Amino acid sequence: MTESRYVVIESRDPFDSADTAFVSDTAASLRKRGRAVTVYFVQNGVLATRAGARGSHVPSLTKAGVTVLADEFSPRERGIDRGELSAGVREASIGALVDLVVQPDTKTLWH
Amino acid sequence: MAETLTVALMDAPYEAAASTTAFRIIAAALEKGINVNVFAYEGAVSLTMKEQAPHANPVKGTSVEEEDHPTTKDLVAALVELGKSEPKLTWVNCGLCVDERGAGNWIEGVKRGGPADFLKMAGESTRTLVIPTK
Repeated sequence: MTESRYVVIESRDPFDSADTAFVSDTAASLRKRGRAVTVYFVQNGVLATRAGARGSHVPSLTKAGVTVLADEFSPRERGIDRGELSAGVREASIGALVDLVVQPDTKTLWH
Repeated sequence: MAETLTVALMDAPYEAAASTTAFRIIAAALEKGINVNVFAYEGAVSLTMKEQAPHANPVKGTSVEEEDHPTTKDLVAALVELGKSEPKLTWVNCGLCVDERGAGNWIEGVKRGGPADFLKMAGESTRTLVIPTK
């Protein structure tokens, strides 16, 4: 069986889309099974990456060993400073996302 | 062999942040030398409509020039220019979706196609990214 990598692009606001929990649970479960998983937050999805976001699934993702990236453009558009991001969240360019997506044996999901 | 990324778009112009993100992904891929195929379907076929025009903002009292409002057809035209040779951008509008919307007058560099084209492009690509409506 191929050891696939997974890239999940989370664009949804966790405060208006209850199914963001499904994405986090799936990502953490894949990581638990030994797969390399990256969740790239973009658009209103980055609201979950703030340290002060109540009920955010991001801490459980980083705890599970999932790589958590925030699009460098989306927080700026929303007035979120780099210092407000949760521990373990790194900003990344859209080019870095492209690099991840075209890696060999990678499955990419947009949510 | 050069890598190819296929992107399926569904959102109509001026409605979703996903369109902007998709444009950014396409531009970044082209700048990295990656060929890009786009299959635009449903409302996304209107992204390339030639008749799109920027507008003034009467609320702010600004003119068309002052407002400098970007249209999606101009943004796509810039991507087409970026991907005119190597790497190559291939932009296909779903013909059925075009006919439903009367959206057939589009900018240079865009082709008419169908779901079979999307299947072929996906099969020949390094990766396929589907960006659905919410």
